[in-house]
Formats: sequence, C-alpha cells, structure tokens
Amino acid sequence: MALSRLHELHKRRFSRNLGLGIVLAGLVALIFGLTVVKVSDEDFSVPATLEGSK
Amino acid sequence: MSDASFRVDETPSSGEAGFSDYFALLKPRVMSLVVFTAFAGFYAAQSEMHPIEGLAVILFIAVGAGASGALNMWWDSDIDSVMKRTRNRPIPTGRITADAALAFGIALAGFAVAMLALASNLQAAALLAFTVFFYVVIYTMWLKRRTPQNIVVGGAAGAFPPMIGWMAATGSVSIESAFMFCLIFMWTPPHFWALALFARSDYEAAGVPMLTVTHGRRAARAHILVYTLLLAALAAGAAMAGIGGPAYVCVAIVMNVLFLRGAWSIWRRGEQTAESDGFKIEKSFFTLSLAYLFAHFGAIVVDTAIEPYVAGMW
Repeated sequence: MALSRLHELHKRRFSRNLGLGIVLAGLVALIFGLTVVKVSDEDFSVPATLEGSK
Repeated sequence: MSDASFRVDETPSSGEAGFSDYFALLKPRVMSLVVFTAFAGFYAAQSEMHPIEGLAVILFIAVGAGASGALNMWWDSDIDSVMKRTRNRPIPTGRITADAALAFGIALAGFAVAMLALASNLQAAALLAFTVFFYVVIYTMWLKRRTPQNIVVGGAAGAFPPMIGWMAATGSVSIESAFMFCLIFMWTPPHFWALALFARSDYEAAGVPMLTVTHGRRAARAHILVYTLLLAALAAGAAMAGIGGPAYVCVAIVMNVLFLRGAWSIWRRGEQTAESDGFKIEKSFFTLSLAYLFAHFGAIVVDTAIEPYVAGMW
C-alpha cells in the first residue's frame, strides 16, 4: 500500500491531532484569561517574600 | 508510530483512536448533567466571581467528571463488552486500550483537581477529588458488582457537582447546596431502576447485581414508588427551605405530580403487560426522570436570575 494514500487511519490521526490542538489552544486562552482576572483583582497582592527578594 | 501500522489498520480495532473516541471516554451525556447541575449550584450561590473564573470552575468540574467516566470505563471494560448498551464503547471495541484509558483518566483527574484549586479554592478541589474517588473506588470498584444497593450509595457521586459548584463560589457548604445534593441522591435510584427494568438482560448477562436481578422486578417496581415518594417529599421540602422561588415551586408541583403518576403506573403494572407493550411506561418514566432533574435545576437558575425582581413579592 502506498504511503501517500489517504487512509482511514490518517483521518483518525488527523481528527485526534486537530481536536487536541483545539483543546490545548482553548486551555491556553482560558488560563491566560484566568491569570488576567486574578491579577486584576483588588485583593491581589504580591507575596511579601517575593517583594523582599527584589 | 511507524507506517507498518497500515497493515494492522485493516481491522476496526487497531487501537488508533480518533478524538471522538477519547471524548466518548468522558461519558459526555453524563457530563452534560454534571455541567448543568454544577452550574446551577455555582450560580445559585450568587458569588461575585468573574465570569471567566466561573467558566473555569464549571469546566474543571466537568473535566473531573469526565475523568471519573474514563476510569469507570477502564475498570468496567470486561462487563461493558458483554452488555448491548455499552459494547460499542471505545475500550470494548479496541479503539482505546484499557491502559491508555487508565492513564488518561488519572491525568485528567489530577489536572482537574489542581486547576479547580487554582481557579477557586482548595475546599472545592478537595470535594472534587473526593467525588472522583467515590465514583471510581467506592461505586465502580467496590459496590457496583457486590450489592443491589449499588445505585443508592453510588448515587452520591453524581450528587456532588452542585455542591462543588456552590463550594467553589463560596468556600463552604450550606443548607441550599445540601438540598441540591439530596435531590440528585434521591432521584438516582428510580432513574436507574427504571432503566434496569427494560435493560434487565444486559445486567444479568454482565453479572451486575441490580435490584431487578437479585430481588425481582416486582421489588424493583415497589422500590421505584417508595423512592419517588421520598423524592417528592424532599423536593417539596427544598421549596420551603429557601432554595425555591416561584419557578421552582411551579416546576416541583408539575414534575412531581407527573413523576409520582409514572411511578404509580410502574408499580401497578405486571410483567406481562410491560413486555407486551415493550416497556412503554418504564421507558417514558426514564425519559421523564431526565427532564425532572433538568427542570428542577433549571428552575433554581431561573429563580436566582429573577430574585432581584421578585424579592418583595415572594
């Protein structure tokens, strides 16, 4: 069987890779958004130990 | 993977799973119920969390539920391959190996718990971890194949999501979240026993000691009626305990009357009648049970949304 032929196996691999890519991209966007929200919160403050090390 | 796998792929059970196979491993239909009830619990708590935090909370609870589903399918792959209802799942068909499902489930569970802790608080994350443990170890591994009360105790696992949602929003439990827990807990047995009535041969073949198998179908019908009566009393109690506004009271009255009528019909029926009409009443009761839960939690969401407008009137 020629390697270049589009096989059902390729379709399944492609669907898996595409799905995983979309999930990861969504996760990155969510965590970025979450980080922005957390650090924008009025109660957010840098821990004293980190401030002291500057 | 090398291209040598071309030859192996001539059979459908190559172990080369697509994205949809991994998604199926998460039990998406169960997850939809978890998402909805967790959202209801979170929303009813009226937290001042940012919507993105709320989205993250619901998503990570859903991922935790999906991880439980994957671990359940890993453990039950032997009986899933026997039952008609489950034999097309990814592991019995060979599209995903049991080891891959185990790794997938553990990784997702750890991820969901850690992310929920970061998105909300440690208490909610701990409760999610306990829920996964309860569903996988207590229900799936311990109770499911040992006792006909498996559904009763195991139902607690499905009842935790609104409590986790509430806890993520407030950091504590409350009488309202406890009522939401109890509502799902009491709803689970009649829901699954109705399924067991028209899917008996499946459970018998798999050796799962459902009530219909161990105590007979007459006993299961009686149990459905008793649990439905208790559920109706609980739903009414919840209305009086403060989680219910006008929408909840209306829904509770209508749905519980319908549910009680269905349970009564199931109890009165004999096996010959049920078999002659293809378990029509049992199947409609099962469908109604899904609507029952969605309607009650939908009403809780509606009441929370309209509360500012009806506060003086209700």
